[in-house]
Amino acid sequence: MKKLEEKIFKILMIGSTVLILSILLYILYVIMKKGLPSLSWDMISKIPSGGFYLGKEGGILNAIMGSLYLIFFSVVISLMISVPVVMYLNFTLRRKSKLAAFARLTFDVLFGIPSIVYGAFGFTVMIYFGLQASLLGGIIAISLLIIPVMIRSIDEVAILIPNDLVEATKSLGATNYETIKVITRQLLPGISTAVLLSVGRGIGDAATVLFTAGYTDSIPTSLTQPTASLPLAIFFQLSSPVEEVQNRAYAAALVLTIIILTLSFAARYFSRRLSKNKI
Amino acid sequence: MLKGRLLKDRIARHYMLLATIFSIFILFLIGGGLLVKSLPIMQEKSLWTLLTTSNWRPFKGDFGFASYILSTLYVTAIAIAIALPLSLLTSIYIIEYASPRILRAFTAVVDLLSGIPPVIYGVWGTLTIVPFISEKLAPHFVEFSTGYSVLAGGIVLAIMIIPLIISILIEVFSAVPKEMREASLSLGATKWQTVKKVVIRKSIPGIVAATVLAISRAFGETIAVLMVCGNFTTLPKSIFDACYPIPALIANNYGEMMSVPRYESALMFAAFLLFFIIVLFNVISRLVLIQIDKRYQL
Repeated sequence: MKKLEEKIFKILMIGSTVLILSILLYILYVIMKKGLPSLSWDMISKIPSGGFYLGKEGGILNAIMGSLYLIFFSVVISLMISVPVVMYLNFTLRRKSKLAAFARLTFDVLFGIPSIVYGAFGFTVMIYFGLQASLLGGIIAISLLIIPVMIRSIDEVAILIPNDLVEATKSLGATNYETIKVITRQLLPGISTAVLLSVGRGIGDAATVLFTAGYTDSIPTSLTQPTASLPLAIFFQLSSPVEEVQNRAYAAALVLTIIILTLSFAARYFSRRLSKNKI
Repeated sequence: MLKGRLLKDRIARHYMLLATIFSIFILFLIGGGLLVKSLPIMQEKSLWTLLTTSNWRPFKGDFGFASYILSTLYVTAIAIAIALPLSLLTSIYIIEYASPRILRAFTAVVDLLSGIPPVIYGVWGTLTIVPFISEKLAPHFVEFSTGYSVLAGGIVLAIMIIPLIISILIEVFSAVPKEMREASLSLGATKWQTVKKVVIRKSIPGIVAATVLAISRAFGETIAVLMVCGNFTTLPKSIFDACYPIPALIANNYGEMMSVPRYESALMFAAFLLFFIIVLFNVISRLVLIQIDKRYQL
Protein backbone atom coordinates (compact mmCIF):
# COMPACT_ATOMS: atom_id res chain seq x y z
CA MET A 1 0.00 0.00 0.00
CA LYS A 2 2.77 2.39 0.97
CA LYS A 3 4.66 1.43 -2.15
CA LEU A 4 1.63 1.86 -4.40
CA GLU A 5 1.14 5.51 -3.41
CA GLU A 6 4.78 6.24 -4.07
CA LYS A 7 4.60 4.50 -7.44
CA ILE A 8 1.54 6.47 -8.55
CA PHE A 9 3.13 9.74 -7.54
CA LYS A 10 6.40 8.85 -9.20
CA ILE A 11 4.59 8.24 -12.47
CA LEU A 12 2.76 11.56 -12.07
CA MET A 13 6.03 13.34 -11.32
CA ILE A 14 7.88 11.93 -14.31
CA GLY A 15 4.80 12.61 -16.42
CA SER A 16 4.67 16.28 -15.51
CA THR A 17 8.42 16.72 -16.00
CA VAL A 18 8.17 15.22 -19.48
CA LEU A 19 5.07 17.32 -20.19
CA ILE A 20 6.86 20.58 -19.38
CA LEU A 21 9.83 19.59 -21.52
CA SER A 22 7.55 18.69 -24.43
CA ILE A 23 5.64 21.98 -24.15
CA LEU A 24 8.94 23.83 -24.60
CA LEU A 25 9.83 21.72 -27.63
CA TYR A 26 6.32 22.09 -29.05
CA ILE A 27 6.48 25.90 -28.77
CA LEU A 28 9.84 25.98 -30.55
CA TYR A 29 8.56 23.56 -33.19
CA VAL A 30 5.44 25.62 -33.96
CA ILE A 31 7.38 28.89 -34.20
CA MET A 32 9.94 27.28 -36.51
CA LYS A 33 7.37 25.56 -38.70
CA LYS A 34 5.48 28.83 -39.22
CA GLY A 35 8.51 31.09 -39.46
CA LEU A 36 11.02 29.14 -41.58
CA PRO A 37 9.05 29.23 -44.88
CA SER A 38 8.79 33.04 -44.69
CA LEU A 39 12.32 33.68 -43.51
CA SER A 40 14.50 34.86 -46.40
CA TRP A 41 17.31 37.32 -46.99
CA ASP A 42 14.81 39.87 -48.32
CA MET A 43 12.77 39.47 -45.16
CA ILE A 44 15.57 40.51 -42.86
CA SER A 45 17.26 43.04 -45.14
CA LYS A 46 14.34 45.16 -46.35
CA ILE A 47 11.91 47.51 -44.69
CA PRO A 48 8.20 47.00 -45.45
CA SER A 49 6.80 48.94 -48.39
CA GLY A 50 3.23 50.13 -48.77
CA GLY A 51 2.56 50.25 -45.03
CA PHE A 52 3.44 47.55 -42.50
CA TYR A 53 -0.21 46.58 -41.99
CA LEU A 54 -1.36 46.10 -45.59
CA GLY A 55 1.66 46.32 -47.90
CA LYS A 56 2.68 42.95 -49.29
CA GLU A 57 6.28 43.77 -50.14
CA GLY A 58 9.35 44.09 -47.99
CA GLY A 59 10.59 42.63 -44.74
CA ILE A 60 11.17 43.37 -41.09
CA LEU A 61 14.46 45.26 -41.11
CA ASN A 62 12.74 48.26 -39.50
CA ALA A 63 11.77 46.10 -36.51
CA ILE A 64 15.17 44.41 -36.22
CA MET A 65 17.09 47.69 -36.30
CA GLY A 66 14.54 49.38 -34.01
CA SER A 67 14.87 46.63 -31.43
CA LEU A 68 18.68 46.75 -31.61
CA TYR A 69 18.74 50.53 -31.09
CA LEU A 70 16.26 50.30 -28.21
CA ILE A 71 18.09 47.53 -26.40
CA PHE A 72 21.59 48.92 -26.96
CA PHE A 73 20.89 52.31 -25.40
CA SER A 74 18.74 50.82 -22.63
CA VAL A 75 21.49 48.39 -21.63
CA VAL A 76 24.12 51.16 -21.58
CA ILE A 77 21.90 53.35 -19.36
CA SER A 78 20.99 50.46 -17.06
CA LEU A 79 24.61 49.41 -16.69
CA MET A 80 25.55 52.93 -15.63
CA ILE A 81 22.99 52.69 -12.83
CA SER A 82 23.06 48.99 -11.89
CA VAL A 83 26.80 48.45 -11.46
CA PRO A 84 27.25 51.38 -9.02
CA VAL A 85 24.18 50.27 -7.07
CA VAL A 86 25.51 46.72 -6.63
CA MET A 87 28.95 48.05 -5.67
CA TYR A 88 27.41 50.37 -3.12
CA LEU A 89 25.20 47.69 -1.57
CA ASN A 90 27.94 45.09 -1.34
CA PHE A 91 31.26 46.85 -0.87
CA THR A 92 30.55 50.28 0.59
CA LEU A 93 27.72 49.56 2.99
CA ARG A 94 28.28 47.17 5.88
CA ARG A 95 27.24 43.55 5.32
CA LYS A 96 24.19 43.71 7.57
CA SER A 97 23.10 47.21 6.57
CA LYS A 98 19.38 47.97 6.86
CA LEU A 99 19.51 50.18 3.76
CA ALA A 100 20.93 47.31 1.71
CA ALA A 101 18.22 44.92 2.91
CA PHE A 102 15.53 47.48 2.10
CA ALA A 103 17.05 48.18 -1.32
CA ARG A 104 17.15 44.46 -2.16
CA LEU A 105 13.49 44.04 -1.20
CA THR A 106 12.62 47.05 -3.39
CA PHE A 107 14.43 45.56 -6.39
CA ASP A 108 12.66 42.23 -5.86
CA VAL A 109 9.34 44.08 -5.90
CA LEU A 110 10.32 46.18 -8.93
CA PHE A 111 11.27 42.93 -10.67
CA GLY A 112 7.71 41.67 -10.14
CA ILE A 113 5.98 44.75 -11.53
CA PRO A 114 4.38 43.94 -14.89
CA SER A 115 5.75 45.58 -18.02
CA ILE A 116 2.39 47.18 -18.85
CA VAL A 117 2.74 49.28 -15.68
CA TYR A 118 6.24 50.37 -16.76
CA GLY A 119 4.80 51.19 -20.17
CA ALA A 120 1.89 53.20 -18.79
CA PHE A 121 4.16 55.01 -16.33
CA GLY A 122 6.75 55.71 -19.02
CA PHE A 123 4.01 57.17 -21.18
CA THR A 124 2.83 59.55 -18.42
CA VAL A 125 6.41 60.70 -17.88
CA MET A 126 6.71 61.36 -21.62
CA ILE A 127 3.46 63.35 -21.66
CA TYR A 128 4.73 65.34 -18.68
CA PHE A 129 7.87 66.31 -20.60
CA GLY A 130 5.96 66.82 -23.84
CA LEU A 131 7.56 63.87 -25.66
CA GLN A 132 5.84 61.95 -28.46
CA ALA A 133 6.12 58.18 -28.86
CA SER A 134 9.75 57.88 -29.85
CA LEU A 135 12.99 55.95 -29.65
CA LEU A 136 13.87 57.98 -26.55
CA GLY A 137 10.55 57.13 -24.87
CA GLY A 138 11.08 53.43 -25.58
CA ILE A 139 14.62 53.59 -24.22
CA ILE A 140 13.40 55.19 -20.96
CA ALA A 141 10.67 52.58 -20.47
CA ILE A 142 12.91 49.60 -21.28
CA SER A 143 15.67 50.95 -19.00
CA LEU A 144 13.19 51.14 -16.12
CA LEU A 145 12.13 47.57 -16.89
CA ILE A 146 15.62 46.05 -16.99
CA ILE A 147 17.36 47.99 -14.18
CA PRO A 148 15.91 45.64 -11.50
CA VAL A 149 16.72 42.57 -13.65
CA MET A 150 20.31 43.69 -13.98
CA ILE A 151 20.80 44.73 -10.35
CA ARG A 152 19.42 41.43 -9.03
CA SER A 153 21.50 39.39 -11.43
CA ILE A 154 24.81 41.17 -10.68
CA ASP A 155 24.02 41.22 -6.97
CA GLU A 156 23.69 37.43 -6.94
CA VAL A 157 27.33 37.15 -8.03
CA ALA A 158 28.60 40.08 -5.94
CA ILE A 159 27.36 38.46 -2.73
CA LEU A 160 29.67 35.52 -3.40
CA ILE A 161 32.85 37.67 -3.56
CA PRO A 162 34.88 36.76 -0.49
CA ASN A 163 35.27 39.49 2.10
CA ASP A 164 39.00 38.66 2.28
CA LEU A 165 39.51 40.11 -1.18
CA VAL A 166 37.94 43.41 -0.13
CA GLU A 167 39.98 43.51 3.08
CA ALA A 168 43.23 42.56 1.36
CA THR A 169 42.81 45.39 -1.13
CA LYS A 170 41.91 47.91 1.54
CA SER A 171 44.78 46.84 3.80
CA LEU A 172 47.20 47.76 0.99
CA GLY A 173 45.94 51.32 1.33
CA ALA A 174 43.48 51.37 -1.54
CA THR A 175 40.52 53.70 -1.30
CA ASN A 176 37.01 52.34 -1.57
CA TYR A 177 36.86 53.35 -5.25
CA GLU A 178 40.15 51.56 -6.03
CA THR A 179 38.93 48.46 -4.21
CA ILE A 180 35.83 48.47 -6.36
CA LYS A 181 37.96 48.65 -9.51
CA VAL A 182 39.74 45.47 -8.40
CA ILE A 183 36.46 43.75 -7.58
CA THR A 184 34.93 44.69 -10.95
CA ARG A 185 37.40 42.28 -12.58
CA GLN A 186 36.01 39.50 -10.44
CA LEU A 187 32.49 40.54 -11.29
CA LEU A 188 32.91 40.57 -15.09
CA PRO A 189 31.33 37.14 -15.68
CA GLY A 190 28.40 38.19 -13.50
CA ILE A 191 28.01 41.47 -15.33
CA SER A 192 28.08 39.85 -18.77
CA THR A 193 25.49 37.27 -17.73
CA ALA A 194 23.35 40.09 -16.37
CA VAL A 195 23.64 41.99 -19.65
CA LEU A 196 22.59 38.95 -21.68
CA LEU A 197 19.69 38.32 -19.33
CA SER A 198 18.44 41.89 -19.52
CA VAL A 199 18.85 42.02 -23.30
CA GLY A 200 16.61 38.96 -23.46
CA ARG A 201 14.02 40.49 -21.18
CA GLY A 202 14.09 43.92 -22.82
CA ILE A 203 14.15 42.92 -26.47
CA GLY A 204 11.13 40.64 -26.25
CA ASP A 205 8.80 42.78 -24.23
CA ALA A 206 5.89 44.29 -26.13
CA ALA A 207 3.89 46.00 -23.40
CA THR A 208 6.63 48.50 -22.47
CA VAL A 209 7.15 49.79 -26.00
CA LEU A 210 3.47 49.67 -27.00
CA PHE A 211 2.78 53.29 -26.04
CA THR A 212 6.28 54.63 -25.61
CA ALA A 213 8.12 53.77 -28.84
CA GLY A 214 5.23 53.70 -31.30
CA TYR A 215 5.59 51.91 -34.64
CA THR A 216 6.79 52.96 -38.07
CA ASP A 217 7.87 51.55 -41.42
CA SER A 218 11.25 53.21 -41.46
CA ILE A 219 14.41 52.99 -39.40
CA PRO A 220 14.70 55.91 -36.95
CA THR A 221 17.48 58.43 -37.57
CA SER A 222 17.11 60.44 -34.35
CA LEU A 223 16.03 59.90 -30.77
CA THR A 224 12.76 61.78 -31.20
CA GLN A 225 11.45 59.64 -34.05
CA PRO A 226 9.15 56.70 -33.39
CA THR A 227 10.63 53.28 -33.95
CA ALA A 228 9.46 49.77 -34.80
CA SER A 229 10.41 46.80 -32.64
CA LEU A 230 10.34 43.02 -33.06
CA PRO A 231 7.66 42.19 -30.46
CA LEU A 232 5.33 44.84 -31.86
CA ALA A 233 6.11 43.71 -35.42
CA ILE A 234 4.71 40.32 -34.37
CA PHE A 235 1.79 41.75 -32.43
CA PHE A 236 0.56 44.23 -35.06
CA GLN A 237 1.24 42.27 -38.24
CA LEU A 238 -0.32 39.05 -36.94
CA SER A 239 -3.76 40.70 -36.87
CA SER A 240 -3.50 41.90 -40.47
CA PRO A 241 -5.94 40.37 -42.97
CA VAL A 242 -3.18 40.09 -45.61
CA GLU A 243 -1.37 36.75 -45.66
CA GLU A 244 2.02 38.19 -46.70
CA VAL A 245 1.88 40.56 -43.74
CA GLN A 246 1.05 37.71 -41.37
CA ASN A 247 4.05 35.85 -42.73
CA ARG A 248 6.19 38.83 -41.74
CA ALA A 249 4.86 38.39 -38.20
CA TYR A 250 5.84 34.70 -38.19
CA ALA A 251 9.28 35.54 -39.55
CA ALA A 252 9.69 38.19 -36.84
CA ALA A 253 8.62 35.63 -34.22
CA LEU A 254 11.28 33.21 -35.46
CA VAL A 255 13.98 35.92 -35.51
CA LEU A 256 13.06 36.94 -31.95
CA THR A 257 13.08 33.32 -30.78
CA ILE A 258 16.49 32.72 -32.35
CA ILE A 259 17.83 35.84 -30.60
CA ILE A 260 16.44 34.67 -27.25
CA LEU A 261 17.85 31.14 -27.67
CA THR A 262 21.27 32.49 -28.63
CA LEU A 263 21.30 34.82 -25.61
CA SER A 264 20.30 32.00 -23.30
CA PHE A 265 23.05 29.68 -24.52
CA ALA A 266 25.60 32.51 -24.51
CA ALA A 267 24.71 33.28 -20.89
CA ARG A 268 25.37 29.66 -19.90
CA TYR A 269 28.63 29.60 -21.85
CA PHE A 270 29.86 32.91 -20.42
CA SER A 271 29.07 32.11 -16.83
CA ARG A 272 31.14 28.94 -17.14
CA ARG A 273 33.97 30.30 -19.33
CA LEU A 274 34.63 33.72 -17.87
CA SER A 275 34.89 32.52 -14.32
CA LYS A 276 38.63 31.84 -14.63
CA ASN A 277 39.37 35.06 -12.73
CA LYS A 278 37.35 33.78 -9.85
CA ILE A 279 38.94 33.12 -6.49
CA MET B 1 48.50 62.51 -5.41
CA LEU B 2 46.62 61.35 -2.34
CA LYS B 3 44.26 64.28 -2.68
CA GLY B 4 43.39 63.21 -6.22
CA ARG B 5 42.71 59.64 -5.10
CA LEU B 6 40.52 60.79 -2.24
CA LEU B 7 38.61 63.13 -4.52
CA LYS B 8 37.94 60.31 -6.98
CA ASP B 9 36.82 58.15 -4.09
CA ARG B 10 34.43 60.80 -2.85
CA ILE B 11 32.93 61.37 -6.30
CA ALA B 12 32.48 57.61 -6.81
CA ARG B 13 30.84 57.26 -3.40
CA HIS B 14 28.37 60.04 -4.09
CA TYR B 15 27.55 58.72 -7.54
CA MET B 16 26.91 55.22 -6.17
CA LEU B 17 24.68 56.58 -3.41
CA LEU B 18 22.78 58.66 -5.95
CA ALA B 19 22.26 55.67 -8.26
CA THR B 20 21.04 53.57 -5.32
CA ILE B 21 18.59 56.20 -4.11
CA PHE B 22 17.34 56.77 -7.66
CA SER B 23 16.71 53.10 -8.33
CA ILE B 24 14.89 52.62 -5.00
CA PHE B 25 12.94 55.74 -5.79
CA ILE B 26 11.63 54.29 -9.09
CA LEU B 27 9.14 52.17 -7.13
CA PHE B 28 7.72 55.15 -5.24
CA LEU B 29 7.80 57.30 -8.35
CA ILE B 30 5.68 54.79 -10.27
CA GLY B 31 3.24 54.33 -7.38
CA GLY B 32 2.94 58.07 -6.75
CA GLY B 33 2.62 58.92 -10.45
CA LEU B 34 -0.13 56.40 -11.05
CA LEU B 35 -1.97 57.47 -7.88
CA VAL B 36 -1.92 61.16 -8.83
CA LYS B 37 -3.18 60.34 -12.30
CA SER B 38 -6.03 58.21 -10.98
CA LEU B 39 -7.19 60.73 -8.36
CA PRO B 40 -9.75 62.49 -10.63
CA ILE B 41 -11.78 59.32 -11.16
CA MET B 42 -11.49 58.31 -7.50
CA GLN B 43 -12.84 61.69 -6.39
CA GLU B 44 -15.76 61.43 -8.73
CA LYS B 45 -16.81 57.87 -7.97
CA SER B 46 -16.49 55.86 -4.80
CA LEU B 47 -13.96 53.06 -4.80
CA TRP B 48 -16.83 50.66 -4.17
CA THR B 49 -18.72 51.72 -7.32
CA LEU B 50 -15.59 51.47 -9.44
CA LEU B 51 -14.78 47.97 -8.24
CA THR B 52 -18.22 46.36 -8.04
CA THR B 53 -20.27 47.68 -10.96
CA SER B 54 -19.76 46.39 -14.46
CA ASN B 55 -21.16 49.23 -16.58
CA TRP B 56 -18.42 50.32 -18.96
CA ARG B 57 -19.50 53.25 -21.09
CA PRO B 58 -16.54 55.64 -21.04
CA PHE B 59 -18.19 58.31 -23.16
CA LYS B 60 -21.19 58.50 -20.83
CA GLY B 61 -18.96 58.53 -17.79
CA ASP B 62 -19.69 54.98 -16.56
CA PHE B 63 -16.57 53.22 -15.36
CA GLY B 64 -17.30 49.88 -13.69
CA PHE B 65 -14.33 47.55 -13.48
CA ALA B 66 -16.14 44.46 -12.18
CA SER B 67 -16.09 42.46 -15.42
CA TYR B 68 -12.39 43.20 -15.98
CA ILE B 69 -11.53 42.30 -12.41
CA LEU B 70 -13.51 39.05 -12.65
CA SER B 71 -11.88 38.22 -15.99
CA THR B 72 -8.46 38.67 -14.43
CA LEU B 73 -9.43 36.49 -11.46
CA TYR B 74 -10.90 33.70 -13.65
CA VAL B 75 -7.89 33.55 -15.95
CA THR B 76 -5.48 33.59 -13.02
CA ALA B 77 -7.42 30.89 -11.15
CA ILE B 78 -7.27 28.54 -14.15
CA ALA B 79 -3.58 29.28 -14.65
CA ILE B 80 -2.74 28.52 -11.02
CA ALA B 81 -4.92 25.39 -11.00
CA ILE B 82 -2.93 24.01 -13.94
CA ALA B 83 0.52 25.34 -13.11
CA LEU B 84 0.78 24.63 -9.38
CA PRO B 85 0.29 20.83 -9.39
CA LEU B 86 2.54 20.42 -12.45
CA SER B 87 5.28 22.57 -10.92
CA LEU B 88 5.06 20.84 -7.53
CA LEU B 89 5.31 17.36 -9.02
CA THR B 90 8.14 18.36 -11.33
CA SER B 91 10.26 20.15 -8.76
CA ILE B 92 9.86 17.37 -6.19
CA TYR B 93 10.93 14.91 -8.84
CA ILE B 94 14.03 16.77 -9.94
CA ILE B 95 15.13 17.65 -6.40
CA GLU B 96 14.35 14.40 -4.58
CA TYR B 97 14.44 11.65 -7.15
CA ALA B 98 16.34 12.65 -10.27
CA SER B 99 20.13 12.63 -10.70
CA PRO B 100 22.11 15.89 -10.48
CA ARG B 101 22.58 15.78 -14.23
CA ILE B 102 18.81 15.85 -14.85
CA LEU B 103 18.56 18.72 -12.36
CA ARG B 104 21.14 20.69 -14.36
CA ALA B 105 19.51 19.89 -17.68
CA PHE B 106 16.11 20.81 -16.39
CA THR B 107 17.32 24.17 -15.08
CA ALA B 108 18.20 24.93 -18.70
CA VAL B 109 14.64 24.03 -19.74
CA VAL B 110 13.22 26.30 -17.04
CA ASP B 111 15.56 29.13 -18.09
CA LEU B 112 14.52 28.82 -21.71
CA LEU B 113 10.80 28.72 -20.87
CA SER B 114 11.10 31.82 -18.71
CA GLY B 115 13.17 33.56 -21.39
CA ILE B 116 10.60 33.16 -24.18
CA PRO B 117 8.90 36.55 -24.63
CA PRO B 118 5.16 36.88 -23.90
CA VAL B 119 4.38 37.76 -27.51
CA ILE B 120 5.81 34.40 -28.66
CA TYR B 121 3.56 32.59 -26.16
CA GLY B 122 0.72 34.64 -27.65
CA VAL B 123 1.56 33.54 -31.21
CA TRP B 124 1.84 29.93 -30.09
CA GLY B 125 -1.46 30.17 -28.20
CA THR B 126 -3.36 31.55 -31.19
CA LEU B 127 -1.86 28.87 -33.45
CA THR B 128 -2.43 25.86 -31.19
CA ILE B 129 -4.54 26.38 -28.05
CA VAL B 130 -7.23 28.59 -29.60
CA PRO B 131 -8.10 26.27 -32.54
CA PHE B 132 -7.86 23.25 -30.23
CA ILE B 133 -10.48 24.76 -27.92
CA SER B 134 -12.85 25.92 -30.65
CA GLU B 135 -12.64 22.74 -32.77
CA LYS B 136 -11.97 19.87 -30.37
CA LEU B 137 -12.78 20.81 -26.79
CA ALA B 138 -15.61 23.34 -26.76
CA PRO B 139 -18.09 21.43 -29.03
CA HIS B 140 -18.42 18.81 -26.27
CA PHE B 141 -19.63 21.39 -23.78
CA VAL B 142 -21.12 24.46 -25.48
CA GLU B 143 -22.72 25.22 -28.83
CA PHE B 144 -20.17 27.66 -30.10
CA SER B 145 -16.85 29.08 -29.05
CA THR B 146 -14.32 31.04 -31.08
CA GLY B 147 -11.58 29.55 -28.95
CA TYR B 148 -10.48 32.99 -27.80
CA SER B 149 -11.57 32.38 -24.25
CA VAL B 150 -10.95 32.34 -20.52
CA LEU B 151 -9.61 28.79 -20.87
CA ALA B 152 -7.13 29.73 -23.62
CA GLY B 153 -5.84 32.61 -21.49
CA GLY B 154 -5.56 30.34 -18.46
CA ILE B 155 -3.60 27.66 -20.30
CA VAL B 156 -1.15 30.09 -21.91
CA LEU B 157 -0.66 31.90 -18.60
CA ALA B 158 -0.13 28.58 -16.82
CA ILE B 159 2.76 27.73 -19.13
CA MET B 160 4.23 31.20 -18.59
CA ILE B 161 4.19 30.99 -14.78
CA ILE B 162 5.40 27.38 -14.52
CA PRO B 163 9.10 28.34 -14.85
CA LEU B 164 8.70 31.03 -12.16
CA ILE B 165 7.08 28.61 -9.69
CA ILE B 166 9.56 25.81 -10.42
CA SER B 167 12.64 27.99 -9.99
CA ILE B 168 11.41 29.22 -6.59
CA LEU B 169 10.32 25.73 -5.49
CA ILE B 170 13.72 24.29 -6.41
CA GLU B 171 15.33 26.80 -4.06
CA VAL B 172 12.75 26.22 -1.34
CA PHE B 173 13.13 22.42 -1.43
CA SER B 174 16.92 22.60 -1.54
CA ALA B 175 16.83 24.83 1.55
CA VAL B 176 15.46 21.94 3.62
CA PRO B 177 18.54 20.57 5.43
CA LYS B 178 19.83 17.17 4.42
CA GLU B 179 19.99 16.12 8.08
CA MET B 180 16.20 16.34 8.39
CA ARG B 181 15.74 13.97 5.47
CA GLU B 182 18.34 11.60 6.85
CA ALA B 183 16.76 11.64 10.31
CA SER B 184 13.43 10.67 8.80
CA LEU B 185 14.95 7.92 6.64
CA SER B 186 16.92 6.48 9.54
CA LEU B 187 13.69 6.14 11.53
CA GLY B 188 12.46 3.75 8.87
CA ALA B 189 10.36 6.08 6.77
CA THR B 190 10.28 5.41 3.05
CA LYS B 191 11.56 7.98 0.58
CA TRP B 192 8.02 9.07 -0.29
CA GLN B 193 7.00 9.39 3.36
CA THR B 194 10.05 11.56 3.94
CA VAL B 195 9.14 13.76 1.00
CA LYS B 196 5.53 14.04 2.09
CA LYS B 197 5.97 14.46 5.84
CA VAL B 198 9.29 16.28 6.05
CA VAL B 199 10.23 18.08 2.86
CA ILE B 200 6.79 19.31 1.80
CA ARG B 201 5.64 20.10 5.33
CA LYS B 202 8.80 22.12 6.00
CA SER B 203 8.35 23.92 2.67
CA ILE B 204 4.74 25.03 3.02
CA PRO B 205 5.57 28.73 3.63
CA GLY B 206 7.82 28.65 0.58
CA ILE B 207 5.17 26.96 -1.56
CA VAL B 208 2.64 29.60 -0.50
CA ALA B 209 5.12 32.38 -1.28
CA ALA B 210 5.83 30.91 -4.73
CA THR B 211 2.10 30.69 -5.42
CA VAL B 212 1.48 34.28 -4.38
CA LEU B 213 4.34 35.46 -6.61
CA ALA B 214 2.92 33.44 -9.49
CA ILE B 215 -0.54 34.96 -8.93
CA SER B 216 0.89 38.45 -9.06
CA ARG B 217 2.78 37.62 -12.25
CA ALA B 218 -0.42 36.27 -13.79
CA PHE B 219 -2.37 39.38 -12.80
CA GLY B 220 -0.03 41.62 -14.74
CA GLU B 221 0.66 39.57 -17.84
CA THR B 222 -0.51 41.57 -20.83
CA ILE B 223 0.35 40.74 -24.39
CA ALA B 224 0.00 36.95 -24.38
CA VAL B 225 -3.36 37.13 -22.60
CA LEU B 226 -4.51 39.95 -24.86
CA MET B 227 -3.82 37.77 -27.90
CA VAL B 228 -5.83 34.74 -26.79
CA CYS B 229 -8.64 36.03 -24.54
CA GLY B 230 -10.95 37.61 -27.10
CA ASN B 231 -11.28 40.97 -25.30
CA PHE B 232 -15.03 41.27 -24.93
CA THR B 233 -16.50 43.50 -22.24
CA THR B 234 -19.02 41.06 -20.78
CA LEU B 235 -19.07 38.80 -17.79
CA PRO B 236 -17.89 35.43 -19.10
CA LYS B 237 -20.52 32.76 -18.42
CA SER B 238 -18.33 29.73 -19.05
CA ILE B 239 -14.62 29.11 -19.51
CA PHE B 240 -15.25 28.97 -23.27
CA ASP B 241 -16.43 32.59 -23.38
CA ALA B 242 -14.24 35.55 -24.23
CA CYS B 243 -13.01 37.73 -21.40
CA TYR B 244 -11.13 40.99 -20.93
CA PRO B 245 -8.49 41.13 -18.17
CA ILE B 246 -7.31 44.49 -16.77
CA PRO B 247 -3.84 44.59 -18.42
CA ALA B 248 -5.42 43.92 -21.83
CA LEU B 249 -7.87 46.77 -21.19
CA ILE B 250 -5.00 49.17 -20.51
CA ALA B 251 -2.97 47.98 -23.50
CA ASN B 252 -5.87 48.23 -25.94
CA ASN B 253 -7.13 51.65 -24.94
CA TYR B 254 -4.31 53.63 -23.46
CA GLY B 255 -2.61 56.16 -25.69
CA GLU B 256 -5.59 56.66 -27.97
CA MET B 257 -7.79 57.86 -25.18
CA MET B 258 -5.81 60.86 -24.08
CA SER B 259 -8.53 63.16 -25.45
CA VAL B 260 -11.09 61.96 -22.90
CA PRO B 261 -9.55 63.01 -19.59
CA ARG B 262 -11.71 60.87 -17.32
CA TYR B 263 -11.11 57.84 -19.50
CA GLU B 264 -7.38 58.31 -19.09
CA SER B 265 -7.81 58.65 -15.36
CA ALA B 266 -9.90 55.47 -15.27
CA LEU B 267 -7.22 53.51 -17.11
CA MET B 268 -4.56 54.89 -14.80
CA PHE B 269 -6.73 53.77 -11.90
CA ALA B 270 -6.67 50.28 -13.42
CA ALA B 271 -2.88 50.45 -13.65
CA PHE B 272 -2.66 51.67 -10.06
CA LEU B 273 -4.91 48.83 -8.91
CA LEU B 274 -2.61 46.31 -10.59
CA PHE B 275 0.45 48.04 -9.18
CA PHE B 276 -0.94 48.13 -5.64
CA ILE B 277 -2.00 44.48 -5.51
CA ILE B 278 1.18 43.24 -7.15
CA VAL B 279 3.45 45.25 -4.83
CA LEU B 280 1.51 43.99 -1.81
CA PHE B 281 1.73 40.35 -2.92
CA ASN B 282 5.40 40.68 -3.81
CA VAL B 283 6.40 42.26 -0.50
CA ILE B 284 4.61 39.55 1.50
CA SER B 285 6.01 36.63 -0.44
CA ARG B 286 9.53 38.06 -0.64
CA LEU B 287 9.58 38.58 3.13
CA VAL B 288 8.55 34.95 3.60
CA LEU B 289 11.26 33.77 1.19
CA ILE B 290 13.92 35.91 2.92
CA GLN B 291 12.88 34.38 6.25
CA ILE B 292 13.27 30.86 4.83
CA ASP B 293 16.70 31.76 3.50
CA LYS B 294 17.83 33.08 6.88
CA ARG B 295 16.54 30.17 8.91
CA TYR B 296 18.62 27.58 7.11
CA GLN B 297 21.68 29.58 6.20
CA LEU B 298 23.09 29.84 9.71
